Amino acid sequence: MSVPPPPKPPLPARPNADDSPGVPGFRTWRGVYLFVFAAFVVVVLALTWFSRAFA
Amino acid sequence: MNTLDWIVLLVTMLGIASYGAWRTRHTNHLDTYLKGDQTARWGTIGISVMATQASAITFLSIPGQGFESGIGFVQNYFGLPLALIIISVVFLPIYRRLGVYTAYEFLGKRFDAKTRLLGAGLFLLQRGLAAGVTIYAPAIILATVLGWRLDLTIISTGLLVIVYTVTGGSLAVSLTQKWQMGVIFGGMVTAFIILLFRLPEGLGFTGAAHVAGALGKLDAVDFSLDPGKRYTLWTGLFGGLFLSLSYFGTDQSQVQRYIGGASLRESRLGLMFNALIKIPMQFFILLLGALVFVFYQFQPAPIFYNQVDWARYTQGPDGATFRALEAEHAALHIAKQQKLAAWLDARDNHDPAAEPAARAALVAANAATDAVRREAKTALTAADPRAKTKDSDYVFIGFIMAQLPHGVIGLLIAVMIAAALGSKAGELNALGTTTTIDLWRQLRPLSAHDEGRNVRVAKWFTAIWGLVAIAFALFAGFSENLIEAINIIGSLFYGVVLGLFLVAFFLKRVGGTAVFWAALIAQTLVIVLYNTLAISYLWYNLIGCAACMLFGVLLQLTRPQATQATA
Repeated sequence: MSVPPPPKPPLPARPNADDSPGVPGFRTWRGVYLFVFAAFVVVVLALTWFSRAFA
Repeated sequence: MNTLDWIVLLVTMLGIASYGAWRTRHTNHLDTYLKGDQTARWGTIGISVMATQASAITFLSIPGQGFESGIGFVQNYFGLPLALIIISVVFLPIYRRLGVYTAYEFLGKRFDAKTRLLGAGLFLLQRGLAAGVTIYAPAIILATVLGWRLDLTIISTGLLVIVYTVTGGSLAVSLTQKWQMGVIFGGMVTAFIILLFRLPEGLGFTGAAHVAGALGKLDAVDFSLDPGKRYTLWTGLFGGLFLSLSYFGTDQSQVQRYIGGASLRESRLGLMFNALIKIPMQFFILLLGALVFVFYQFQPAPIFYNQVDWARYTQGPDGATFRALEAEHAALHIAKQQKLAAWLDARDNHDPAAEPAARAALVAANAATDAVRREAKTALTAADPRAKTKDSDYVFIGFIMAQLPHGVIGLLIAVMIAAALGSKAGELNALGTTTTIDLWRQLRPLSAHDEGRNVRVAKWFTAIWGLVAIAFALFAGFSENLIEAINIIGSLFYGVVLGLFLVAFFLKRVGGTAVFWAALIAQTLVIVLYNTLAISYLWYNLIGCAACMLFGVLLQLTRPQATQATA
């Protein structure tokens, strides 16, 4: 009769890779979303300027 | 098209389809078949999301929209970045945590089977209807301009997409979409550069933009509060936000593109990629149309851009009327060119006294040519009530055929077909998946344990939807108005479907029975309002969603407490 192997120690908790956006310059997803929102505002302002400049 | 164009077209299209089918031919696990192999990085996901949304009509009609009405249509996309942020924060983590195959599976887990079936049914209804149009709409334009047989164009493109979508499922879809988008970007940038070189010497991009702006084609942002206006900053922000939330967050053809990413992080970045790129991309396509408009200000311009149909009518019984209109338009166009030259001279000479008058004269001359174009369309309808008078879809393809060199023509036709295949593949994949997961597995739960059988069934449903789409495109006999009607019907359903999901995410106390009836009442309300109010159809996304949520809360409040606890 074989002896069952001793239970393995639990693996150390790995940091969840999804918690960090992994994008240079951004530590949190909130930062990424703020950047995307700011980029959207800039695009709308640029389009407004474009309309006025060539109207 | 000459031999070189055919070689470019066939090599790119058949090459991509064969590559996709061959690379994914051993896909025999349901998870891989429906979600991909869970290794997709953000770039693949982002491009796949973009390719599914961008159909051939995007690249045929949107330049025509820029040509005809200017670039204001870009506002339609203003809600998109905000919607993608919300989906990334709220929808996506829940879909991934639950490990669902379809968005409607989530409704089943949150509410009950009937609400899941309602969500899946609304999706299958609207996407199934649209599936025929996705093949038909570009095929009719390409067949008309290129002289191809319409039925063969529909069947060959339809079968091509069926082969690789059925073979490799979601994996084949994202793999081929990546290459198809490469062809699309390459082709559109090439067309833009050639167009700039075809403009009159010395005009340049800035001069062309001033001409387009003077003639009202560059009004990108309209702050008007008039609810009857179709595209304003507000319809784009609010109506567009709800439309995008619904399309990207609850339409399986999009959800399937991003739930199967390598990780939540990759899926989120894929969505953020679209949030950043989509508005500039649509602006670029619309600008291309506005610059084609400028190009034709310096060239002889047709009175009607579907020249094949126009030629047929000029040789018909009312030919004399059409030829007279054509001559009148040609004369007015020459007069407009003189006014344009005078205005450009006044501008170049910095003559503040002459410039406003010259500009007013140019605008009046442009209105005169527009009036004759409208008169020609009225005459077409009078001669043949079934005549297709919307010629803006033919502007860009006409420019391609007449102005671009051989080889590039083949590349641009490949762009149109690649876009048709890419979006069609996403649709078929989603229709097959929803039918398998939300209908077949619900009705035959015991069969769901057989992995091989699941994949075979999913393949069969994908193929059947493909054949239905081909048959629909071949035999439905679409009119222009029907195509527009199907697009509007889609918008009428989206708001309510979104309402179901927002209740699921944010109103935890509302149960399945309440939201099910709320959705049916809200849908009825939207249809009644659509038939009584004259407001932009984008607003119905917001109205449908708000009504579904409100009725859901009210119905839940009126239900007995004991039922509420179990609902």
